[in-house]
Amino acid sequence: MSVKTTFDFDQMLSNAREAYGEELFRMAEEGLDFIFTYTDNVAPSSSAGKLLKKYPERCFNFGIAEPNQVGASCGLALSGEVVYSQVFGPFLSLRSADQIHTDIAYNDVNVRLIGTHAGVTAAGGPTHNCIADLALYRAIPNLTVVVPADAAQCCKVIRQSYTFQGPMVIRIDRGGSPNVYADDDYEYQIGKAIETLPGTDLTIISAGSSVYWSLMGAKILKEKHGISARLIDMHTIKPLDVDMILKCARETGNVFTVEEHSINGGLGSAVAEVLCEAGFSGRFKRIGLPDEFAVLGDPDEVYKYYGMDPEGIARTIVDVMSKPKLL
Amino acid sequence: MSDNKLMTVAALEEKCTKIRCDLLNFIYNIGMGHLGGELSMVEVAVALYYKYLNYSVHDPKNPDRDRFILSKGHCSETLYTIFADQGAYTMEYMIEHFETLDTAKFGMHSNRKYVPQIEVSAGSLGHGLPIAVGYALGARKQQKTYRVYVMTGDGELNEGTNWEAIMAASHYGLGNLVLIVDKNGLQMTGKTEEIMNIDPLDQRLEAFGWEVITIADGNDMAQVCAAFDKLPPVNISEKRKPVAIIANTVKGKCVDFMEHNHKWHGGGIAKEQLDQALACVVKYSKEKKR
Repeated sequence: MSVKTTFDFDQMLSNAREAYGEELFRMAEEGLDFIFTYTDNVAPSSSAGKLLKKYPERCFNFGIAEPNQVGASCGLALSGEVVYSQVFGPFLSLRSADQIHTDIAYNDVNVRLIGTHAGVTAAGGPTHNCIADLALYRAIPNLTVVVPADAAQCCKVIRQSYTFQGPMVIRIDRGGSPNVYADDDYEYQIGKAIETLPGTDLTIISAGSSVYWSLMGAKILKEKHGISARLIDMHTIKPLDVDMILKCARETGNVFTVEEHSINGGLGSAVAEVLCEAGFSGRFKRIGLPDEFAVLGDPDEVYKYYGMDPEGIARTIVDVMSKPKLL
Repeated sequence: MSDNKLMTVAALEEKCTKIRCDLLNFIYNIGMGHLGGELSMVEVAVALYYKYLNYSVHDPKNPDRDRFILSKGHCSETLYTIFADQGAYTMEYMIEHFETLDTAKFGMHSNRKYVPQIEVSAGSLGHGLPIAVGYALGARKQQKTYRVYVMTGDGELNEGTNWEAIMAASHYGLGNLVLIVDKNGLQMTGKTEEIMNIDPLDQRLEAFGWEVITIADGNDMAQVCAAFDKLPPVNISEKRKPVAIIANTVKGKCVDFMEHNHKWHGGGIAKEQLDQALACVVKYSKEKKR
């Protein structure tokens, strides 16, 4: 499958947080029936705000009380509704972990939890960082975990999730991230990774807005170092597209992961588990937030500080590729 | 849809005796349970399943059924015993399939997928009430007139999620929601008032915008029925206060060596204790009839 990326374009900002609201509004306008629950962080002026205004009978604000929101979303789903539930990401994963585990996943209900402000995109320091959620979600049975790469892909996920059976978490960033794909004219399937960029020397596996940084990192690798990097958009973290990981490992021999999450327990860990159990002996490196509470600053600066920006990604990859393997 | 209906207090009391005896035998056979809280809730559970719920164990997915959510999910054996008495299962089948790995149907904490009569998989405390709030919102949106009942323990109200849900239920005016607190005064290691006092519970609930009905003796069937008779009809088109029924009960009710004893919160029961407990239940029943 070939996809058109924004590789050759100037940054085209998109906003997944606005996009999901637009898509839900479109779906409501088309006559699709669903419930929207939310915390006290959906502005009336946002696209989701349009939904609140036009369809108030299906929108419920739970204030600043995430566990109750997630629990009530379970009840709404048990009453027969498809529920989209938007929660500020760090408080979804950390405060409502019990409800995600027991109410949503164990009861196996059709709730789509939309966790916003992934990684450090909220700014404001570690209380508002969302760095441990994927580690938690990966360990919860029944849960499907999707991390769209950009706003248009987020719309595809929202649309596709309507008929999806079972609980799902959709992880998006705060908004204002670049578009990865030049258009939405590509096939998208939950659970099926996308080869965003062909390449032969190594594979970068990424998810969320770090797919764009990886794309630009691959550009630097090509232009400055003559390294051909393949890029995989692993938008579904659980269940993981194991076949794609093994195919890329076989064909390119070296694997790198990039994620806006702690390097412990997230996408990188998931890929490492697959590779290790398959007997992989190539080069491998996880790029992401290290095991510390992040430094304070503008998200772009924080990512740069931790080498998660395009230059940092390229630098790390060149470094690892140039050194002998320990094993 | 309802069957197994018993309309008189005497018949319901008679049923409580049978349920207690069956429950004790069940716990003896499976070797584990939470008898203290399972015995305290019997009158309320029997009143619901044999009189007040629009519900049949033989049609557990009927879209118009009343929903009963047992938030104190560790007391599921009382419900299983009622389901068996109403003909959904035999006691032998339940004993044979209790926590038996991949052939298990019944667990100490209930699972809605294994037992279709269970509305919500439960066990972790503080979950049932938020779920019930969502259920009641869903019913209103769908213009369904069924009622959503949820039973919590009193110790369970230590959990803050309940108070988030209590706040939301009155905010949304969920008149189709009924909270029943099985207030037996004890939790796992002692008295609720000493561990984390929840009183004055009636005033607290009223302050949160609820209507409160207090049952002075929640193990007295006439009083339990009087409380349920007071419930206003469900009018889905208007917002009104949700109703809380505070049932003051006795943990381990009817079994003298279990009553008021938090040590009977959880565990199994030996044969000698079973015989003694059954004798207590029968004696209580005879005294009640007199």
